[in-house]
Amino acid sequence: MTTGNPMMYVGAVGLIMIGLFTVLSKRNLIKIIVGLTLLDTGVNLLLVAIGYIHNRTAPILTQAHADPSKMVDPVPQALVLTAIVIGLGVTALALALAIRVYGHYKTLDTRKIRGLKW
Amino acid sequence: MRAFVSFSVLALIVVGLALSLSHVPFGKDRMQVANYYLDHGVADTGATNLVTAVVLNYRALDTLGEVTVLFIASLGLGVFLSWPKKKEGTQEEGKRELPEASLIVRRGSQFLFPLIILFGGYIFLHGHLTPGGGFQGGSVIASAFLLMFLGNNAYRLRHTPLTVTESLAGITFVVVGLIGLGVGGYFLNNFLPKGSMFSLFSAGVIPILYSAIGLKVGAELSGIVANMFESRSER
Repeated sequence: MTTGNPMMYVGAVGLIMIGLFTVLSKRNLIKIIVGLTLLDTGVNLLLVAIGYIHNRTAPILTQAHADPSKMVDPVPQALVLTAIVIGLGVTALALALAIRVYGHYKTLDTRKIRGLKW
Repeated sequence: MRAFVSFSVLALIVVGLALSLSHVPFGKDRMQVANYYLDHGVADTGATNLVTAVVLNYRALDTLGEVTVLFIASLGLGVFLSWPKKKEGTQEEGKRELPEASLIVRRGSQFLFPLIILFGGYIFLHGHLTPGGGFQGGSVIASAFLLMFLGNNAYRLRHTPLTVTESLAGITFVVVGLIGLGVGGYFLNNFLPKGSMFSLFSAGVIPILYSAIGLKVGAELSGIVANMFESRSER
């Protein structure tokens, strides 16, 4: 059995790192939220990539294709399925907070928001 | 300084990940639990989409938790956006007049709206047979409402039907689970007949649960979209 292409993992971890770097280094709240979204996507991609096995199909039986031994791991896919929606909810909540912060401080710059400096 | 600290944190994480993950044989073969799900999934649940079998039969309690997380996120968004009503003096600035969308966009969005809703319903009703399910179908339904908001400036969504749909769907999920507890002895037991493979009315309670999830997710995400658009028009 051939192993998976390591570039999958490198790409997913790279996406996580880009997101983490954005969260850590940017000063605009919207950019930080974009970084969170990238982080989220990278984690989802990593989970799906871990479950992937080369030359196998999605774990869905059809009449033409009903051999469970030729399918990839369904557990990470079930995990990611819900994680995507949760990520969407978290992003929406973060954006709502950003709207509130902007309404209160008239800025999205974390340096000018009291209590958010580091 | 900031970038330097960030880079060192990232380097630490990358080294840690590489050291810990490099010896794990990912992508070689499936785990035991996955083999069990693939070999016995259809016989146990009747769902030919094995991801659905995992989400709504083997791990249905976790799915209830996920739905609750999404509910709390949308609740929090509604609270944050509507709580101090028009107090912070945002009237004078940021209140831009949006240009009306063109006739083609307006009519096109109104034409596509019922079709997208239908497609979303199809996705969550067939979640146990084909790729898709409640979460995806709900997102598609919410995207229809998003299209309506983008295409029509005056479009408003009444919140009462959304709240009622969401609550009823959530109650349905829990009630089906409790009936399973009463009939079969454990929460979310699949007590209905499994039916035959590849038919719409199969897999016991899974289509009911996925429809409930689809309606709930659709109502929640539509509520999120509506809240966002209304907060824009207020300020």
